[in-house]
Order: sequence, then C-alpha cells, then structure tokens
Amino acid sequence: MEHRPIKADSDTREHLVVIGNGMAGCRAVEELLARDPARYRVKIFGAEPRVNYNRIMLSPVLAGEKSFDDIVINDADWYAKNGIALIAGDPVVAIDRAAKTVTTRGGVSESYDKLLIATGSDPFIIPVPGKDLPGVIAFRDMDDVAAMLDAAEKGGSAVVIGGGLLGLEAAHGLSLRGMKVTVLHLMPTLMERQLDEAAGWLLKQALEARGQTILTGADTAEIVGDGRVEGVILKDGTLIPADLVVMAVGIRPSTALAREAGLAVGRGIQVDDHMVTSDPDVLAVGECVEHDGQVYGLVAPLWDMCRSLADGLVEKPTGYRGSVTSTKLKVSGIDVFSAGDFSGGDGCEDIVLRDASRGVYKRVIVKDDRIVGAVLYGDTADGNWYFDLLKKQEDVSDLRDVLIFGQAFASGGGQADPKAAVAALSDDAEICGCNGVTKGQVVSCIAKGAHSLDAVRGTCKASASCGSCTGLVENLLALTLGDDVQSGPKTMCKCTSFGHDDVRREIVAQEMRSIPEVMQKLHWATPDGCSSCRPALNYYLLCALPGDYVDDQQSRFVNERLHANIQKDGTYSVVPRMWGGLTNPTELRAIADVVEKYNAPMVKVTGGQRLDIFGIRKEDLPAVWADLNAAGMVSGHAYGKALRTVKTCVGSEWCRFGTQDSTGLGVKLERMSWGSWMPHKFKIAVSGCPRNCAEATIKDFGVVCVDSGYELHVGGNGGIHVRATDLLCKVATEQEAMDYCAAFIQLYREEARYLERTAPWIERVGLDHIKARIVDDEAGREALRARFLYSQSFSQDDPWAQRAEGAEAEHHAPMARFTPQKEIA
Amino acid sequence: MTSTAEWLDIGWVDQIPVRGSRTVQVEGGDDIAVFRTAEGKVFALLDRCPHKHGRLSQGIVHGGAVACPLHNWRISLSTGEALGDDKGCTPTVPVKIDGGRVLICRASTLKAAA
Ligand SMILES: Cc1cc2nc3c(=O)[nH]c(=O)nc-3n(C[C@H](O)[C@H](O)[C@H](O)COP(=O)(O)OP(=O)(O)OC[C@H]3O[C@@H](n4cnc5c(N)ncnc54)[C@H](O)[C@@H]3O)c2cc1C
Ligand code: SF4
Ligand code: FES
Repeated sequence: MEHRPIKADSDTREHLVVIGNGMAGCRAVEELLARDPARYRVKIFGAEPRVNYNRIMLSPVLAGEKSFDDIVINDADWYAKNGIALIAGDPVVAIDRAAKTVTTRGGVSESYDKLLIATGSDPFIIPVPGKDLPGVIAFRDMDDVAAMLDAAEKGGSAVVIGGGLLGLEAAHGLSLRGMKVTVLHLMPTLMERQLDEAAGWLLKQALEARGQTILTGADTAEIVGDGRVEGVILKDGTLIPADLVVMAVGIRPSTALAREAGLAVGRGIQVDDHMVTSDPDVLAVGECVEHDGQVYGLVAPLWDMCRSLADGLVEKPTGYRGSVTSTKLKVSGIDVFSAGDFSGGDGCEDIVLRDASRGVYKRVIVKDDRIVGAVLYGDTADGNWYFDLLKKQEDVSDLRDVLIFGQAFASGGGQADPKAAVAALSDDAEICGCNGVTKGQVVSCIAKGAHSLDAVRGTCKASASCGSCTGLVENLLALTLGDDVQSGPKTMCKCTSFGHDDVRREIVAQEMRSIPEVMQKLHWATPDGCSSCRPALNYYLLCALPGDYVDDQQSRFVNERLHANIQKDGTYSVVPRMWGGLTNPTELRAIADVVEKYNAPMVKVTGGQRLDIFGIRKEDLPAVWADLNAAGMVSGHAYGKALRTVKTCVGSEWCRFGTQDSTGLGVKLERMSWGSWMPHKFKIAVSGCPRNCAEATIKDFGVVCVDSGYELHVGGNGGIHVRATDLLCKVATEQEAMDYCAAFIQLYREEARYLERTAPWIERVGLDHIKARIVDDEAGREALRARFLYSQSFSQDDPWAQRAEGAEAEHHAPMARFTPQKEIA
Repeated sequence: MTSTAEWLDIGWVDQIPVRGSRTVQVEGGDDIAVFRTAEGKVFALLDRCPHKHGRLSQGIVHGGAVACPLHNWRISLSTGEALGDDKGCTPTVPVKIDGGRVLICRASTLKAAA
C-alpha cells in the first residue's frame, strides 16, 4: 500500500480523533486505513509516553523473554507514513460534545468530526489502608513493568494480590527475576473465572513446585509500611513481609471521560453493533465499552469490534455480535486453556479425563450435542480445536465417545467405537501404565477366571492404581466374556470407578491431602463430585491426616455444618452434652432458660439420656449455644457422624447390684472420645452388672461390669436391624477398658466405609479380624490407641463455642431481608 | 432500594460461600435460597424442596445441583427441576451479578411473599 504524508492545515478531510493509543485504538485505525487510507485525517492521544505496543506481551517482558522493542506493534515510522499525528504522554481530560473538541491535561485542544474513545481499563485497587504507599503497584502498562524490574533488581520479596491470569503472570515474572513471591487469592481456586477446582488445584501444585507460595482464601486487610511498603496483613492476622506489592485483582472499564461528557455509560461506555455511542459522532471500542450488556477483558473481542467499527464507518456496516472468548495462561511450561462456559447446569454433560501420571486434566462440556465450554490443563494442544467446534456450534454427537481424546484420535475414523479400538490393539500393547500390564496379560487373566473388574485388579493389577485404564479393562472384559462380566463391588458413587476401600487405601498410600487432589489422582468423572462422595472423602482425609487436613465445610451434611439437627419443618434441635448422662441444677436451669427464651416448643429426654431442645430457628442457634456454653455445656454432637453419647446406669455408687462404678467409667469414656468424627454415628454404654440397665449390648461399644472386671462388647445397634453385640474380650481394669475402647474406635475409624455402622462392618470383616487386631496384637492395639489419642488432640474443640464467638456467623443470618409492604431489601 | 426497581440488590457475591448458599428472608412468604457454585455462578430458588419442603439452602451443592438435606433429592439450580427419577419443580428466581453485587428479580421475590 502506498503511504502519503499529508499536511494537516491544507487538509479538508474529516478529522478523526482517537483517545487511547492502546491495542484497540490503534487497531481500529489500522482497520480504517486498510479499507480507505484517504478517508480520515487522524490524530491519536495517548496517556503513555510511547508508541503503540502489544500489551499482552508485558508478561513475557517481565519474565525476561522479550524486550520492549520486541513488543512494539506500530513504531514512529508507521505514524509518520500514515500521516497520523500522535500526542503521547498527555492524557485527554475533557470532551466537549457541543463544541466537538477534546482538551488534554497539557492544555492542547483539538476539534473533531468523529471521536473514537479507546481508553481501555483502569486496574482495580482494593480500598485497604496502605494502598497508596510507594511500592504498591498495578500490572497494566510498561511503567508498571519498569517498576517491577527495578524492585526485582534489589531482590527481596514480593506479594501479588490476585490469583487470576494477570496476577499469576506477574508472580511468575517476579519469581524468575529472583524475588521470593507470595500470591494471595481470595477465592479457594486460582483463576476461578477460567478454571474449575480440579484444574485450579493442578495449577497451584505446579506453581508451588516452582517455589511460589500460594495462599488461597486469603483476604487482605491492610498494607503496612513506614513511608514505603513493608508487608501485607491478612484478615486472619498473618503478616507477610514484602518489598513490593502488585495488585492484580481486576480491571474496570475506564469510563470517567465519557461519563463526564454525558455519554450513556453502564458498566462500560454503551455502544451499538457498529460501536457508536449514544452520540452519533462519538464511537468507542475496546475494553472501555459495554456491548449488549457485556464487557470484555481480552484482545480477541477487540479485533471483532474494530472490524465492525471500520465496516460501519467506511464500508457496508456488518455489525458486531459479541464474542466468545478463550484464555491461555502465559507462564512458560504450565499449559492452561479455558474457553466458553463450563459451569454445567441442565442438559449439560461433562466429559472429564484425568491422567494423574501425566498431570493432565481435560473437561469438555457438551449441551444439545454442541460444545459449550472446555478447560484443559497440562495438555492444551486440542484447545483450538475445541474452541473452533464451540464457536462454529458444530454437532459433535458422532464424536461424543472419543471427543475427549482430542482431534488426532477423533479423526482416526474407524476408531470411533471404543470397543473396536481396544479389539484392534496388539497383544503387547500396554493397557495399564502404572503397573505395566499388557493387553495379552489382561486377556489371559480374564480367561483364567477373573470375571470382574475387581478380580482383574486383584490378579494382574491392571487398573488397580490410578484407574485411568478402567474403561479399557472394562472393554476387554466385555470383549472376552460377552455377557458374563460380573459387576464388581459397588463403586463409591457414579463419580468414580473405585470402591470405598480402594479410595481410602490410595489416600493413605499416595499421601493425598485435599479433595481436589483425590479427584484428580483417582480420575473422578465429575468436576466436583456429588453429595455421596464429597462427605466421604472429607471424612477419609480428616481421619488420615488429623491436625493437618483442613475440613471442607461445604462437603458436610447440614447437621454437621450447623452443629444441630435439622428437623422436618426446617428448624433445628440442640442437644448439649451431659457427661455419662449426669446433670446438675445449673445445667438444668440453663436448659430451662433457653427453652423459655427461644420459645422452644418441646424438650425431650433422648434414648441416649440427654435433653434435646426442639424447634430452634437457625438464626437463633449461635445465641442458644452461647447461653448453654455460659453454663459450662458443650455440643453433644447429636447431629454428627461422631461419638454421640455414653449411656450409663448408676452402678456401684447407688445400685444394690452394682459391681463397678459404671457411671464414673462412662464419664471417663465420654471425656476421652467426645468430638471424634467417625464413619457413622457411634454410641457407647456402660452397665454396672449383667442386668444391663444401660442396654450396653446394643451399642457400638458396650461395657458390662462384672465382679472380676469388665466385659467389652462391640458391634451392637438398635437400628432397623437390631443387632446384639459380640463379646470382644474381658479385661480386669478400668484403664484397660479405656485403652481397648480407644483402639476399637480407631480401627473402626480407619477401616469402615463411610456411612457403615459398626454392626455391618463387623459382619463384613468378621469378628476374628477385630480380635486379631485388638486383643491378640498388643503392639498393634497400643498403636491404634495412640493414633486415636493423637487425633483427639485436634478434634476436642467445642464447635458451639467457636460459633457462639461468631465463627462463620454468615451460615446463620440471612443475606438480606425483604419486606414486601415496605419494599426494601 | 427504591420501590420501582426491577432488581433487588441483596449484597456482594463474596458473601455467599463457594459451593454453598445464603438466604433472603421474605416477610410473609418463603425464603429464597441464593447459591454459588464451584465455578462462581449464582442461582436463586425458593428455599423449598418440591418433595416435602426441605430447606434447599442447607443442602450440599455439587456441579449445577443441590442435594436436599432431608431426603437427598437432587434439584437443578438453573431450572428448579428434580433430577434423576424424581419429579417436581421448585420455582426459580432470576438473578444477575453487576459489579460484584447480586441482584434478584423483584417480581419473583414478591411472588414468593404472595
Ligand atoms: C500484563 C497483561 C497481560 C495480558 N495478557 C493478555 C492475554 O494473554 N490475552 C489477552 O487476550 N489479553 C491479555 N491482556 C488484556 C489485553 O491487553 C487488553 O484486553 C487490551 O490491551 C485492551 O485494549 P484496549 O485498547 O481496550 O485498552 P489498552 O490496550 O489498555 O489501551 C488503552 C490506552 O488508552 C490510554 N488512555 C486511557 N485514558 C486515556 C486518556 N484520557 N487520554 C489518552 N489516553 C488514555 C491508556 O494509557 C492506554 O494506553 C493482558 C493485559 C495485561 C495488562
Ligand atoms: S445394670 Fe446392674 S448395676 Fe447397673 S443399674 Fe442395672 S442392676 Fe444396677
Ligand atoms: S424434602 Fe427435599 S428430598 Fe424430601
């Protein structure tokens, strides 16, 4: 194309003035020039003192992979050749639409025929004390990068607030430059707008492995420093020293100029399909605009906007229709891709592939046979393919079965039937990578009688580790046996092909530490599990890592979350602990007061000898607990999969038949075991003689005192199928009774499946197994007991006391109230 | 909030726990349960299970559904329909997010009170 410099004064062409020398402003001009280079006389105002550069490449500049010169899009020559006047380093401060002029801070005034606003966005600065201290910066332009490079030269530590795309890129760059970096992210998942939990977890692992500290759920309270930033304080009081703080928590369309000029502004400057604002002579493009209710923070939509803008100005209007966006994280060596909507919902089918050994996670969301979203981690090669199918809204029903394996596999034609694909494999093809098992070995093990998935796992170990080859093994079973496949023991739920025992074993063997980690390593087929597996996983982790694992409240049933029993009308009942069934006037008075004060309609003596206060409203719970705590009472855990009560009779202290102090022993047992989480509810009873008034032989653990000592009983329950206990053994002293009880509880905690009470557990594993572990194996018993007591050192916190003090108060209060008469929210 | 507003501002998105919910109390009617999924989407339903009126706000949220705390029916957050073999539907309340604030539809909220 030929470029002719044109002198402004003799120029009679329409005058186009552009505010914003960024990616959208300049691109719009390029699009106009490409269509009709002679149509407009152009003048661009830019706040930054430099030519137009590729803003998204600031991250590689910070990381040292590129220099500023490498990222310039249009150099001074381009402006000159195209006769574009650039006023750089002097921001426009006012638009006068009546006079059709703009004025800069330096006092330059310019009149226009058409005005284009492309002011981009302003970084959002969270309004905490200390935000204006020197050393606190945003990550938006070249000046910010220069400030970061300066700081990095001196070394020291940096805190990046915000674990989104920008924050992580800043953190990566600073850490490559030798700073010690901590990322603070408010949400539990990094890049939560782009990634789901599973992918976010992988990303966190990868960044931590590179030496960054990533704190999720971290809420910044204050930035501190004497004249210059010295650290960041979180709401929980943690202080993190910092020589540099980068705020990358989000951006806001830069609309101040437009708003002051009286243009229509919502979240951004409102434009129509041709990028025209509420004033026909003023256009706007880029991150500063709102189109059809949407604002964008990525470049791809800007290109679409700029095309429509140029078409509207110099050619036939085409019209912008909004954009679907995709994102990649530009951190070298960590591949992350996200596109479209992956929030699931109705009619949406999630196809998930997890390959733990390669650190790959892929999730494609299909709705009505069309792809609506995709998240890829570790292997993003197919990102563009999915994005293309998504944008074109192509019907993928034919590819459904193989879609997740990617383009290469899906276009392999004949392999679209997974069974045929397995049949076509040669005998020495590897099926199970973890255990190095070939197809031939699996087939011969099936031929020798392993007719179920579990039998195969047990015999040749295929699919027994990470489970990613489960589908292949199942196909081999189906191919080899036809209809004779036996379905194995039930899997935990439809989210996984593993049973409870396998999951537990793997959690311990692989030292897994969080629910997303388990889901990734064991190839969960759903993004965040379901109401069956989540509570179970939470329990298994809690049991495996006492004191270490952070309980996931959202994976608990409401009773455990609120520490009270939900009743059919939505109110709650509250049971204070009464040790061994004992009480006294203070406690009784406190209970009576609570009943009156909160209008509880009923109080009932429970089967476990406690008082249950019914009909408490959710919002009153914290106050009720505070009142009960004040009288010295703690939660009875009557709502939990936990130790509930220890029922006792009066024993030798009062009863004429009593042989031992059954009440005293009951109190001691309850003091030892309260607060412990279990696979299911757990009840204990102690009777003072074989008359057994405390009904100890239908409890999970029962003690019957006899003249010569204590009979220990296990595995009873009074549920639908009443089961009397089995006699475990007899011991001579109270101390032994306590020790055996602790060991038994721990064995149950470690071995039973979630929601399995002691009775079915014992019937499943056999009483002999339990005797062997607890009675015959003295060292083993001692170890179990020690593990139980260790775990109790963390769990004997009264949840009521914490709540009464205001912990998680938001669980109780409504978020807002609406009174229709007054119509105020 | 003015009486003419179509949308009621009920607070910040961050006030709703991820994979959890909060409620809006409606005087003289059913509460509204406002949910936030793992992926940050926000939905609102009448806080009343179609089965036996369990408080959906107290259930476990997973994917785009909530499991009722009373008998474990799964209810879709976006349509209010019971999923799987169960049949029944809970009214939904339109929600939108604007600048981090959660807004719910005033007309539907009034209906909840009716
Ligand atoms: C570090 C970083 C990494 C990014 N990575 C990616 C990525 O990987 N992929 C992606 O798609 N997007 C990425 N983005 C986002 C992308 O850069 C933006 O979407 C894009 O730059 C927006 O273009 P724009 O023209 O609307 O705004 P900008 O490019 O920000 O341009 C606006 C310009 O207007 C100027 N201006 C503002 N007010 C005035 C005024 N009153 N007078 C004169 N001039 C004014 C500003 O100084 C600025 O130069 C990244 C952004 C950053 C900061
Ligand atoms: S179990 Fe024996 S000791 Fe206890 S109350 Fe009954 S009769 Fe008395
Ligand atoms: S009331 Fe919700 S499942 Fe029964």
